[in-house]
Amino acid sequence: MKFGVVRFPGSCDDIDGLQAAARVADAVLLWHADYDLHGVDAVIVPGGFSYGDYLRAGAIARFAPVMAEVEEFAHEGGLVLGICNGFQVLCEAGLLPGALLPNVSLRFIFRQVDVEVVHSEGPFTGSCDVGEHLSIPVKHTTGRYYAPEEQLDRLEAAGQVLLRYAPGHNPNGSLRDIAGVCNERGNVFGLMPHPEHAVDPLIGSTDGLRIFESMRAHVEQHVLA
Amino acid sequence: MSSSTSSLEERHRQLGLTDFEYSRILERLGRAPNDVELAMLSLMWSEHCGYKHSRRLLRRLPKEGRHVLMGPGENAGAVDVGGGLAVAFKVESHNHPSAVEPFQGAATGVGGILRDVFAVGARPIAVLDSLRFGEPGSSERSRYLLDRAVAGIGHYGNSIGVPTVGGEIYFEGSYEQNCLVNAMCLGLAPHDRLIRSAAAGPGNVVVLLGALTGRDGIGGASVLASAELGEGDEAKRPSVQIGDPFTEKKLLECCLELLDRELLVSLQDLGAAGLTSAASEMASKGGVGLTLDLCQIPLREPGMEPFEIMVSESQERMLCVAAPDRVGEVLGVCERWELPATTIGFVTEGDSFQVLHHGVVVADLPVSVLVDDCPLYDLEPSPPVAGLYAGSDAVLSGSESPTETLLALLRSPNIASRRAVFEQYDPIVQSRTVRRPDEADAAVLVLPDGSAIAVAIDGNGRRVACDPRRGAAEAVYECAANLACVGAEPLGLTNCLNFGNPEKPHVAWQLVEAVEGLSEACEALGVPVVGGNVSLYNEAPTGPIFPTPVVGMVGKLPHARRPGRLGFARDGDAIALLGPFEPSSVGSELSKLQGCAPEGELPAADAGRIRVLHEGVRARVRSGAFHSAHDIAEGGVAIALAECCIAGVLGASVRLPRGLDPFGEAPGRGFIVSGPAEALAGFVVIGSVGGERLIIDGLLDVAVSDLHEAREGGLSEWV
Amino acid sequence: MRARVLVRPKAGILDPQGQAVERALPALGFEGVRNVHVGRLIELDVDDPDQIPEMCERLLTNPLIEDWEIEEAGVEEPSR
Repeated sequence: MKFGVVRFPGSCDDIDGLQAAARVADAVLLWHADYDLHGVDAVIVPGGFSYGDYLRAGAIARFAPVMAEVEEFAHEGGLVLGICNGFQVLCEAGLLPGALLPNVSLRFIFRQVDVEVVHSEGPFTGSCDVGEHLSIPVKHTTGRYYAPEEQLDRLEAAGQVLLRYAPGHNPNGSLRDIAGVCNERGNVFGLMPHPEHAVDPLIGSTDGLRIFESMRAHVEQHVLA
Repeated sequence: MSSSTSSLEERHRQLGLTDFEYSRILERLGRAPNDVELAMLSLMWSEHCGYKHSRRLLRRLPKEGRHVLMGPGENAGAVDVGGGLAVAFKVESHNHPSAVEPFQGAATGVGGILRDVFAVGARPIAVLDSLRFGEPGSSERSRYLLDRAVAGIGHYGNSIGVPTVGGEIYFEGSYEQNCLVNAMCLGLAPHDRLIRSAAAGPGNVVVLLGALTGRDGIGGASVLASAELGEGDEAKRPSVQIGDPFTEKKLLECCLELLDRELLVSLQDLGAAGLTSAASEMASKGGVGLTLDLCQIPLREPGMEPFEIMVSESQERMLCVAAPDRVGEVLGVCERWELPATTIGFVTEGDSFQVLHHGVVVADLPVSVLVDDCPLYDLEPSPPVAGLYAGSDAVLSGSESPTETLLALLRSPNIASRRAVFEQYDPIVQSRTVRRPDEADAAVLVLPDGSAIAVAIDGNGRRVACDPRRGAAEAVYECAANLACVGAEPLGLTNCLNFGNPEKPHVAWQLVEAVEGLSEACEALGVPVVGGNVSLYNEAPTGPIFPTPVVGMVGKLPHARRPGRLGFARDGDAIALLGPFEPSSVGSELSKLQGCAPEGELPAADAGRIRVLHEGVRARVRSGAFHSAHDIAEGGVAIALAECCIAGVLGASVRLPRGLDPFGEAPGRGFIVSGPAEALAGFVVIGSVGGERLIIDGLLDVAVSDLHEAREGGLSEWV
Repeated sequence: MRARVLVRPKAGILDPQGQAVERALPALGFEGVRNVHVGRLIELDVDDPDQIPEMCERLLTNPLIEDWEIEEAGVEEPSR
């Protein structure tokens, strides 16, 4: 199985994403200016400050040539994971519902937080248990998840909220403590916490590895089998 | 405006050159300089670029060491860390710009030091910051500076994807008018990617890459503006440099790719004095000349005059030299990274720095006059006759109970938790950070082969104010102690000397004594100085700042598996006090809270015993014999114990050696360690870990949760 | 033609920047200030101002969270 990690000008956690994915499968970088996904089985849109967060976070990156390929890949059911800035890019691209707003504190925040797994049937949290807490760091200025109330009701009813900040762990004022959502089909997932920074026991928690492992398991069972 | 001889002389004074310096220029050139040349000379001969008052003194610092790959004089120093890898590092000040505009001043300070590191071919992997402001409780301005400087550092470091892994913040009235913002950066490079800045090869091409050139930082040189620009055009001459981390990120990746592809002869970043200093220093180091054509330089503003282009401090720009047959590839790499890049000149034989504008030579100076002929002044040191510094307002009277004293210290701005600051920085991007800011006394970063490096930054202006020689030595000892706590062996040191006006004998004395103290301590520990920075003239009408040498030290661990932690780790572990620890209250945090002025003799340090002590701590942290190690610094043993309890979320029960001052200080000479009783046998065991309270027999008994609350509360009102 | 697009947070969405400014003004002695919101200004010279709404929908704003309005300054100003 092969992961592809997109690299925009200004991506910071692209190499971290690559290294994390490489712990569970093959992984390559996908250059923003190429209309080519190089046959990967899953795409990761990483964290960082693509295009300096100019205009709005993710607003310019979503129009990069590679994103046209990613959108088509997603429409065909391919797995797409958006982490932090990647989540912002996917929302701007309309591949995920809602938007990310500036943190309530108006400051950048780095913190190790607990997120609760809300649903675990899909490709991203399949190897987790419902109710399980994962310890994963957040680091962002623009991570407050927002969608209109009726849309939030629909997302929750449809099981699209996959991760919620545990009580007392919401770092940015996200509505309904939402930390990560997927699309209706369940093949595109965005989250503000950084699972790629929770894969190495030397450095901290390894709970983030579960998301990459879930993706690999899904691809092996449903795509490569 | 006429350009008669008399107004030209006035101009040299307006540009900061003394009459003596101007006459030396006339003598060396054999003629008067024109406006452009005068602007260039005034900057190259400024204290900031020329190190007029410090260069002779800095020769005292020890620079030799078996791990040294690049010593002082390059953009950054570098040490060998094994496995074919080098760590390049340096600390630099950005004090005066930060006082003007703290967000951008601090941000561009980080930007500048990052560029110094990737200019030698190293990928920046960590940033640390040493910040000093006036008292937050009484000064709204200092609160503002703190808030904005922290935001600026976070903005730049986070956006460019380099983790901020450590730092220090101090508050003293003496910094009220002159805040200090010192930024340190470390970078990693394979040995064969390290590059020097010496231009070489007459006929080789000079390329400018990065941001467009505007009027940033022109400031004082604007007296040379031509007459057409009148009063209302002040807005067109901004002194504040604005940083753009997104452009710097592209610049960083582009430069490292150019070096990986071996396309460059040399590389230099543009910092203070912009193109003038970058180009002339490249030429000087290479013993060559340069010709530049200003019309090739991409400008952000229309109608910039030649002197403006030459002294502009627009950020995020680098200069490189490439062979003519490689220039096309160089420009191609820059284009791929979406960075402007232009050939702006070429290397020549001889000593001439020539600048062309629309085909006309607008400046033609010998490189040696720009770079080498700047006069060096001897300092005329003389100890101050009376105390230079007043005491702070007393917060404690001395009649408080030990518990009240402990809590007051924990709450005090110099000791309280910095969590609200660290949470604004990303400490983990690049996935190397094994120890985060609050987990241990030094940051630890894992290297590709599984070994690790450690880094810490330290200084204490108050103690240096008491006794510059011993106080400066203590900064070195404390930094080395921080490294020992994580099991790291020091490899090299960088320093920033932040002092007042060196033309005043008592400041000169502080400087000479401090450099002597730094040198003695470095020699005693065997740690070479690989580079650094000097910031002088940090004075207000009320007097100079505390003399503040800031030391950054890099060390090595054989593996990253078990770097030390500062918090108590296990219920039942024994606790030992390692020394010889002979504290005094002179220059201590408690003396400050009691309103004492920084005066008195600091305790002497036995360098040989300190070295043995540090080696012992290092060895036992590495072996795992010590489960935790924390050096005793501000607030003495009592605070160190409290910090270990808070970090470990574990209580302790101890009895201190008879007569030991619980709040006295002796930086770098005492440790609180914990571990299994059998591992600590042979040391001065003072108690054990356990329970939920810190109990110091006969002194105090406080819940760890109360300690935590006092410490958390200290700065959080203001950050 | 020189145009200005004013972008503001959609009504009803929490605007902490606006709130921070609203809190800071009285501290400086300015009373009677309410309902502060912080947005963005985008200025551009365009050949065809009829294209601006589509530019707003597709790039310049995020319609989920932002409202926008166009001001046309009329005369093309020299670029600065």
